[in-house]
Amino acid sequence: MLVITALTVVRTASLFAVVMLSGVFSLLSALLLVTLDAVDVAFTEAAVGAGISTVLMLSTLALTSRHERPSKLSPVVPLFVVLVTGAALFYGTLDMPNFGSADAPAMLHVYPEYMERSQHEIGVPNVVTGILASYRGYDTLGETAVVFTAGVGVLMLLSGLRRRREDDEDDDGENQRGSG
Amino acid sequence: MFEEFTWEFIVGHLNYWLFIVLMMTGLYIVVARSNLVKKLVGLNIFQVSVFMLYISMGKITGGTAPIFPTDMKVDPGVTYSNPLPHVLILTAIVVGIATTSLALALIVRIREEYNTIDEAGILEIESTICRAENQLHGEAMGGRA
Repeated sequence: MLVITALTVVRTASLFAVVMLSGVFSLLSALLLVTLDAVDVAFTEAAVGAGISTVLMLSTLALTSRHERPSKLSPVVPLFVVLVTGAALFYGTLDMPNFGSADAPAMLHVYPEYMERSQHEIGVPNVVTGILASYRGYDTLGETAVVFTAGVGVLMLLSGLRRRREDDEDDDGENQRGSG
Repeated sequence: MFEEFTWEFIVGHLNYWLFIVLMMTGLYIVVARSNLVKKLVGLNIFQVSVFMLYISMGKITGGTAPIFPTDMKVDPGVTYSNPLPHVLILTAIVVGIATTSLALALIVRIREEYNTIDEAGILEIESTICRAENQLHGEAMGGRA
């Protein structure tokens, strides 16, 4: 399902449909994350990926155009790049542990300690919340800084939009008056 | 090399391969399509498949979501999936939406300036401007430049 959605995104020219498909993709991936036991992540992905980012992209489309111009680039070079990268990644997975195995390296070092200590030290039933807010609190602080910076950037980029538009219209009006 | 491709190995690695296929689809959209919004959607697909790759590493067969019973009496017989990838990816999703919104604002600004959100169109306009400037400077230099 995910692969089909992604491939449809490649083929579709209508940008509105592409944005909707990206929302569908996020929702499907949230379902997959639930089956992988990551309920918190699935929750965030459904809210942020399928909700907020779709709304943002739609508002961008409202401010820009809706259709994609047919691409004149030849698909051979990108396809080659993609295939080589994919082959390299595939080669990398050959050393990975089997899916769902309990004796994978990721399960042996930090994981038991966190599970053990967060029971006594934090006392929050949800381990993900406990680690996020307590052990890795500075990460969350940095994340807040990133979001703040992005918000300031967006405001700075878009703040003059309406003013510039009015200026343009004034210019157009003057030109028309001059020519008329 | 091929003797290790047992049935168990293939089934155990299918998840990684699925995510690699998704990642490469996203990468192809980013590289091959010239529309900026579509590039961004491709980047999102790439990002989400990396997230799923990480989460799938934390899964234990027969495990459950890492949430203890509310009375905190943890049954040692229950296995929980690894919560550390979940924490990292939660942070990454929020940072991802921040960068996406910044990119969308940039696209709006580009459209305002160039009246197109197509990479080829932008290059065309840029080269026209560049040519005009070169001609101007060339005349100013007395045709030597």
